[in-house]
Amino acid sequence: MSGRQRVDHAAASAAFIAAGDHLEFHDRRLWELRSKRDGEAHGIPEWETLRTLASAIKEHTLTHLADYLEQFERNATANGMVVHWARDAAEHNRIVHELLASHGATTLVKSKSMLTDECDMRAYLEPRGIEIIETDLGERIQQLDGEPPSHIVVPAVHKLRRDVAGVFGRTIGTDPSNHDVPYLAESQRIDTRPYYLKARAGMTGANFAIAETGSFVVCTNEGNADLSANLPPLHIASIGIEKLIPKVEHLGVFVRMLSRSALGSPITQMTSHFRAPRPGTEMHVVLVDNGRSERLGMADFWTSLKCIRCGACMNTCPVYRRSGGLSYGSTYSGPIGIIIDPSMDLKKYSALPYASTLNGSCTRVCPVRIDIHQQIYKWREVIAERHQLPLAKKEAMRLAGQVLARPRLYRAAVEAAAAGIDKLPRFMVYNPFNAWGRQRELPAAPAQTFRQWYLQQRGGSK
Amino acid sequence: MKVALFVPCYVDAFYPEVGIATLELLERLGCEVHYPLDQTCCGQPLANSGCHADARATEALFVRNFAGFDHIVTPSGSCAHHVREHLTAIEQRPEVSAVRMRTFELAEFIHDVLQVREFPWAEFPHRVGLHVGCSTLRGLNAASTSEIAEPPFNKPRALLAAVRGIEFVQPKRPDECCGFGGTFSVFEEPVSARMGQDKVGDHAQAGAQYIVSPDMSCVMHQQGCARRMGLPLKFIHLAQVLNGARA
Amino acid sequence: MSSREWILGRLRANAPAPVALPELPRFDPPAGDLLTRFAAALERMGGHFGQVPDGAPVEAWIAEYFARAEVVASATREVRGTREVGAGGDPRALEDVDVGVVRAAFGIAETGSVWLSEAELQVNALAFLAQHLVVLLDPRAIVPGVQDAYRDPRFQTARYAVLLTGPSATADIEGVLVRGAQGVRSLTVLPVQADA
Repeated sequence: MSGRQRVDHAAASAAFIAAGDHLEFHDRRLWELRSKRDGEAHGIPEWETLRTLASAIKEHTLTHLADYLEQFERNATANGMVVHWARDAAEHNRIVHELLASHGATTLVKSKSMLTDECDMRAYLEPRGIEIIETDLGERIQQLDGEPPSHIVVPAVHKLRRDVAGVFGRTIGTDPSNHDVPYLAESQRIDTRPYYLKARAGMTGANFAIAETGSFVVCTNEGNADLSANLPPLHIASIGIEKLIPKVEHLGVFVRMLSRSALGSPITQMTSHFRAPRPGTEMHVVLVDNGRSERLGMADFWTSLKCIRCGACMNTCPVYRRSGGLSYGSTYSGPIGIIIDPSMDLKKYSALPYASTLNGSCTRVCPVRIDIHQQIYKWREVIAERHQLPLAKKEAMRLAGQVLARPRLYRAAVEAAAAGIDKLPRFMVYNPFNAWGRQRELPAAPAQTFRQWYLQQRGGSK
Repeated sequence: MKVALFVPCYVDAFYPEVGIATLELLERLGCEVHYPLDQTCCGQPLANSGCHADARATEALFVRNFAGFDHIVTPSGSCAHHVREHLTAIEQRPEVSAVRMRTFELAEFIHDVLQVREFPWAEFPHRVGLHVGCSTLRGLNAASTSEIAEPPFNKPRALLAAVRGIEFVQPKRPDECCGFGGTFSVFEEPVSARMGQDKVGDHAQAGAQYIVSPDMSCVMHQQGCARRMGLPLKFIHLAQVLNGARA
Repeated sequence: MSSREWILGRLRANAPAPVALPELPRFDPPAGDLLTRFAAALERMGGHFGQVPDGAPVEAWIAEYFARAEVVASATREVRGTREVGAGGDPRALEDVDVGVVRAAFGIAETGSVWLSEAELQVNALAFLAQHLVVLLDPRAIVPGVQDAYRDPRFQTARYAVLLTGPSATADIEGVLVRGAQGVRSLTVLPVQADA
């Protein structure tokens, strides 16, 4: 994930596919989540109306975001929270570090926050003497394995139990030959618990921030966010500015949709609402921009800010399920990653919009009606216009554009293709340089093209 | 009814029988079918790659070839979808809008415009896995999909259901993309091939003898995978079945 | 310029054309008795719906159900337990609690959730540090759906409020569901009417 070299999704996907049973599980598990989502969504007669409402509430909020952020800050401050503003990832990390340092906190327990991954917070804090414990089980596995999370909801979905047993065996002292899942989960529970009790600071993200009440909401299943927030004397919440919604009553739409879309479960086991610090403790919110205000100004792409991070698009995407989140080289992968990442680094992520068949399934499962596959299509135009296509592809398209616009050249090409395939020796057709032929046969050569048949059978033009 | 036939390049080159079946079928259904001889491509592979400037001349040629016809019909959902939704590299003059609006994929044309449901000459006594490509399915709204709860409908299936002897099998993931995706099939070959293998494997385990589709581009990819895998699946276009092909 | 001014300025400069805020309709709930729906939803999320025989003391029920529990910490007046939980206590002192006992303010039939704030918990961490949680719920205090819960005025004033739905859980390792992740291992709701 470091450096500005273009992420090669296709090459990364080949490695993932070659890994055998990992792919089979990954695809099956995420399709299962997609199917469970279908069951929940189809069981609510008003589901499509909820999607429309959720989309409109988000679009309204985003088009008035400055006002709502000011309202949030006013109310949160009146509640006793301290609100900080971070222009970018670096400023977020500095603010967090200063808070920890000023409170004498050298251990931080944190629950899942894609924003902190986006800001690469751990890489900033650890050299400065902060021990960070990822408490979400999936995030903890990835942290101990030195890998980023691969999915925004189920961070270690690309691993099998034997991989987890290996990681825990190397790091927290479990028996590496014991692959029993409850044993591994219990081991992480026992290993993590002392940290909640000793840490002087806890950190969460937020799924929603509510302007009306100056409060924020954290949705989890494991209980780790509530332990991270309710034990230490300092609670820091990192919140992307796009998480704002106007009123508490709007949670009646979003909370109904989030877990159903993500996991096919009606609600998360814990849905926690923080409005004010516990007496004698401190609660700090860091509101983060990091490119969001810029994205708001992109006419074709600003609605990607509606995203509530459910991951439904990843679960349905047939490409994501067969390539794994790590192949996208970014905190945000799958369909939503494809439309967000190029706005953060066009060159590095210029191949991602091509990691799609434009099949449109993502758009149909998105609870906030982001037109994801249409935005993928539009990013391709931006990439071509800004000269970010690989040279070979750019040239091929330029030549194709000339041939396809000239009937005689086109006909010559079609007739050559139709005749040529049979005549070439097999080794010339099926070799590593012919991508089509690696795992597929080419079509057979017909006796005539359609046009040749038409002229012969139906005479001249009509 | 006067209809202009648009034959996509891969049909012209590799599957002329699909173009022939389409022509004959439309004539059987009472259409006067014209085939503009200078047609080339609709520009989709260029536009889908983001190369709209490179697509301009091709799209302009398409409009020139097909202007003045009441209906333009093509045995390809992705081409029809591109023309209707994305033919925007050129200036949108009235004649461009007219051509765009009047372009139809074959099954939707028969179902919605001709409104034909009977094909008494057709017989296809085989177990069939129906594959509707994603451009046809979600792009042109040819059928309801599993993501959204709505009263079920399926235009290609409604037409094929009238064919004597046909028996549909039910794959586990009926509307998952097969992985062709145009240039995706080459530039993201590992995932594309895997998706194709999974798709044909699904139809095979459901008991399909034939995969029938209104989309030959998907078929080209699936057939390529199935042959390399040594699966006994056969492939045929919806036009051929409706036109009376027995196998 | 402060980051705050910078961010707000950019948001105002870049704002797309305003979109109106929609009115929120109220959707009809599915048919069915609220308590029955609640119990089914709770069980589905891994919680237990207990039944205390009429008139029997809840204290005794808990003692029997959790026979091996040494520390029963209650935040309710109705159940004494072995330790009283009072507001302002150090949350870390609850580390050894086997069974926590709380009374929920209300429940939600749609999901099997119970609502608890600092008023019901006394110490927020009780609902997460205890190994097991028993939640008393007045069966008359069940709202049909999540949409109804979020119209409750207590969300405006509670410092902390949690909708708890069953015990903690995870399926992060190979999709295998484990109930009892890092929070409570079990959650039992007892339908007991609140005193006036």
